Amino acid sequence: MKTGLKLIAAAVGLVLVAATLMPGSLRAGDVRSLRGELAIEENNAAPEVHAVREGKPLDRAYRQQPPLIPHKVDRYEIDLKVNQCLRCHDWPNNTRENAPKVSETHYQDRQGNRLDQIAGTRWFCTQCHVPQTDALPLVENRFTPANAAR
Amino acid sequence: MTTETIAGRRPGALRRLWATLWRPSARYSLAGLLLVGVVAGIVFWGGFNWAMEMTNREEFCVSCHEMKNNVYAEYTGSIHDSNRTGVRATCPDCHVPKEWVHKIVRKIQASNEVLHWALGSINTREKFEEQRPRLANNVWTSMKKTDSRECRNCHNFQTMDVTQQRSRARDRHLNGALQGQTCIDCHKGIAHQLPAGALEAEQKLNESFKKH
Repeated sequence: MKTGLKLIAAAVGLVLVAATLMPGSLRAGDVRSLRGELAIEENNAAPEVHAVREGKPLDRAYRQQPPLIPHKVDRYEIDLKVNQCLRCHDWPNNTRENAPKVSETHYQDRQGNRLDQIAGTRWFCTQCHVPQTDALPLVENRFTPANAAR
Repeated sequence: MTTETIAGRRPGALRRLWATLWRPSARYSLAGLLLVGVVAGIVFWGGFNWAMEMTNREEFCVSCHEMKNNVYAEYTGSIHDSNRTGVRATCPDCHVPKEWVHKIVRKIQASNEVLHWALGSINTREKFEEQRPRLANNVWTSMKKTDSRECRNCHNFQTMDVTQQRSRARDRHLNGALQGQTCIDCHKGIAHQLPAGALEAEQKLNESFKKH
């Protein structure tokens, strides 16, 4: 009985020693991830808030890209009741405000019927259109648009 | 002077009080009476203004859940509530005039709001949203009539340095000043949500002011 217990204890001890010595066993700091070499309890410093680049709109990266917004929109109300973007970008307000008009495709419903107002499917502008910033890609990216690869 | 008697009848209490008030005092000195009057005046006038200022605080405004859960909740986090400089504009800064006469007029109007608080006219979010187009239009209209007076307690075209503004804001401010526009013409829904149909209501309001 006694020798049995000793044997078990020795076996457990051996396994533990082997586990710590084995190459490739995981220890704190060994895990590499996008958040860097930080223990789980530690927090990264918050990244700088990217300032919106006002003025000239940036070029599209590819044909179907929703154009970027060259101004701040963080306090614009877009909900069931109102859409403040339309104050300048809906026809005929865009002529008065000298702002780009919402694309004609946004005045069509799913069946392709022409509407006199923005289609419900296009109501939430910021689902596709975002303000332009100087944010750089987080990971390397070799994307080229189709027409440039031609 | 003894109590006046008309046709031998003792006059009524009101008439006697009136007579006493207008009779010169034989007992107190003029200076003493003046002093008492001045002190009483300060206490009453100061007390009146103090009581009025008590109703001019953010805490008073949000003591009703109608204000706290709707407009105040929306105002929280807006540029007038929290910003890089820490300067705040609270409810009365925008909604109560600073000049005394206008302030009194607004405070008398506010008694109607107390009535509707008691009636529970907007005591749910649904009731409030239903009334919001009308309520918002009231505020916009009065702002338009006063040339956005409460905004201009802090913001002024004359002292606004447009060279420090982005081109988009600069163009619009310069153009707006030239055309005689007022703050509220464009700056709606900056501290609170807009009502349903706000853009149409805005155009209607602007048109109605063009005619006059």
